[in-house]
Amino acid sequence: MLTIKNLHAEVDGKEILKGIDLEIRKGEVHAIMGPNGSGKSSLASVLAGRENYTVTQGEVNFDGKDLLELSPEDRAREGMFLAFQYPVEIPGVSNINFLKTALNEIRAYKGLPAMEAKEFLKLTKEKQQLVEFNANLMNRSLNEGFSGGEKKRNEILQLAMLDPKLGILDETDSGLDIDALRIVAGGVNKLRGPEKSFLVITHYQRLLDYIVPDFVHVLYNGRIVKTGTKELALELEEKGYDWLKEAEVHV
Amino acid sequence: MTSDITTPFYQYILDGGNGLTPKEDVLYGVRQDALARFRTLGLPDLKTEAWRYTNIQRVLKEQPFVLQQQALPVTAAQLAPAFIPELSCYRAVLVNGHLQPELSELPAAKDITITKLSEATQQKGFKTFFDKHPHLADQPFAALNTALFADGLFIELKANAVLDKPLHIIHVYTLTQHAFLQPRHLWIAHPHASATVIESTLGLHNDAVAFVNSVNEVVLEENAELWHYNIQNAVQNSRHINQTAARQETYSRYHHYNFALPQATMIRNNTSVALTGSYTETDLHGLYLANGNQHVDNHTFVDHLVPHCNSNELYKGVLLDTANSVFTGRIHVHQDAQKTNAFQQNNNLLLSEKATINSQPQLEIYADDVKCSHGFTVGQFSDESLFYLRTRGIGAEAAKHLLVNAFAFDITDQVHIPALQHYLTEEIRTVISN
Repeated sequence: MLTIKNLHAEVDGKEILKGIDLEIRKGEVHAIMGPNGSGKSSLASVLAGRENYTVTQGEVNFDGKDLLELSPEDRAREGMFLAFQYPVEIPGVSNINFLKTALNEIRAYKGLPAMEAKEFLKLTKEKQQLVEFNANLMNRSLNEGFSGGEKKRNEILQLAMLDPKLGILDETDSGLDIDALRIVAGGVNKLRGPEKSFLVITHYQRLLDYIVPDFVHVLYNGRIVKTGTKELALELEEKGYDWLKEAEVHV
Repeated sequence: MTSDITTPFYQYILDGGNGLTPKEDVLYGVRQDALARFRTLGLPDLKTEAWRYTNIQRVLKEQPFVLQQQALPVTAAQLAPAFIPELSCYRAVLVNGHLQPELSELPAAKDITITKLSEATQQKGFKTFFDKHPHLADQPFAALNTALFADGLFIELKANAVLDKPLHIIHVYTLTQHAFLQPRHLWIAHPHASATVIESTLGLHNDAVAFVNSVNEVVLEENAELWHYNIQNAVQNSRHINQTAARQETYSRYHHYNFALPQATMIRNNTSVALTGSYTETDLHGLYLANGNQHVDNHTFVDHLVPHCNSNELYKGVLLDTANSVFTGRIHVHQDAQKTNAFQQNNNLLLSEKATINSQPQLEIYADDVKCSHGFTVGQFSDESLFYLRTRGIGAEAAKHLLVNAFAFDITDQVHIPALQHYLTEEIRTVISN
């Protein structure tokens, strides 16, 4: 599904990613943990195609396509979805109109006709329930005046609607109370399946109690320094990230 | 009748504008008074407060203009692009300010009178209201228009008349040489009458420059209602000074929408409303979408003279390239005008680092039991918003269009005719896509 080889990237001439190797197969859930500034969100940004990042070395293959050659919209149309750490508020664009536009642009890319209004409404209703999204928010401006929890739920609602092959969750848990975290994680779990993969980026182990990963990677200073199973997350929770500094010396 | 409007022209006016108005003209006296007023007021320059961001003398000195241009022939095929698709309407076509009945489709005379202003000088409505609007008195370009206008449109809605379809007025300009034109209009809605009027422009002059200095006096008598849409979609070789001066009697409702679009080089609007009767409703809404090196200057004035009037003002601007815009919103609440509600808002979206906006609210409030507010914002297209939309599969072009439409939505959403709303949304799309 996603193969990252020796990925190097920089922002304003400063190298942030220093050779990432990662393989995510169909249906797998991978978690990336690491201290602040280790490059977790940068990896998400590079994969989604944020413009201020420059890839200097390496390659990324996404389901047979050279990902780095694609524009952000084409990455989305090919089936990649990034749930933002800080979802953007856009006054004047209604949530429902935004979802309809996005869904139909992706369908058009795949050669499918625009979705019928009735079918669209049915799909929206169904996916709203998945994240217990307040129906009143659908006609409001996109994320405008939403609480932190509502914004994150809206990200997962979009993910559910657009039905990507790979969902990247960038610190979706940060700023969520435990109830909202349960709802968000519950939504993601219901979406898991043999054809869908997830890359869960988080600072805290707590989220991984709810979204149980197949693999856990530790990112430090722009490199993956350790890979393991879900037990690694517990170890990190216990020991913190300080031991990584020593580990890095030995790598 | 031909003269330059450079310094010699100005001198020419100062010298009395000899020969511009024949003595036998029924308006000779009115025109002489207006010339005298213009001489006293003088041409504004950058030291004139109301013109400090619009260098009108430079525009006037660009080239010599002739002062009169009769209507030239216009074919139906030339006219067709000015029509608004799917809009069922009456049509009044003016060429260089002169009404062309054979190109128009006017409503039956039972409810409404539509004639050339030059043929209405003996009408009671003309005698009562022509050149009487209090806000025109200190405007040099209004004085110049009164002195020099050749013709325009006289519209009189009879009492209780309800116009069943919108009236679309198409201002066609077609010139053989650079011309300084002075169209003059007077619209009167008698008690309980209601109508929708849409104005737009069709520029057929290619190399010749059209400098249009128009004045429109609008009168709403008791409980009359007028929806007035002014779409300023002129061609590049044009400069416009447009003064719309409305007055409202008790219970009347005036909804004014201004859409300043490309490509006129300069647009200056003086849009003003004098509230002379109580319990009126006034909407002054504007969307200016400017590109290239367009200069768009909106001056608005809401004059609350009596108690219990409501005015709502919202102007939004989207500026591209090196476009330059000015917004000055004046609200005057007189001492007697208690229980006034007057709101004003000006929001701008700069889509280029080289675009500029000068915005200035001017609130003068002399009554103590009123609700008034004003606000101004300027924002830029957020790269983050654009990126967010693109990560959802929405292409860069579609995303930009979505964001601009979202910004303009507050205005376009209020357009109460679906065909017109669709037309304007498409015009916005075209400008943004280019």
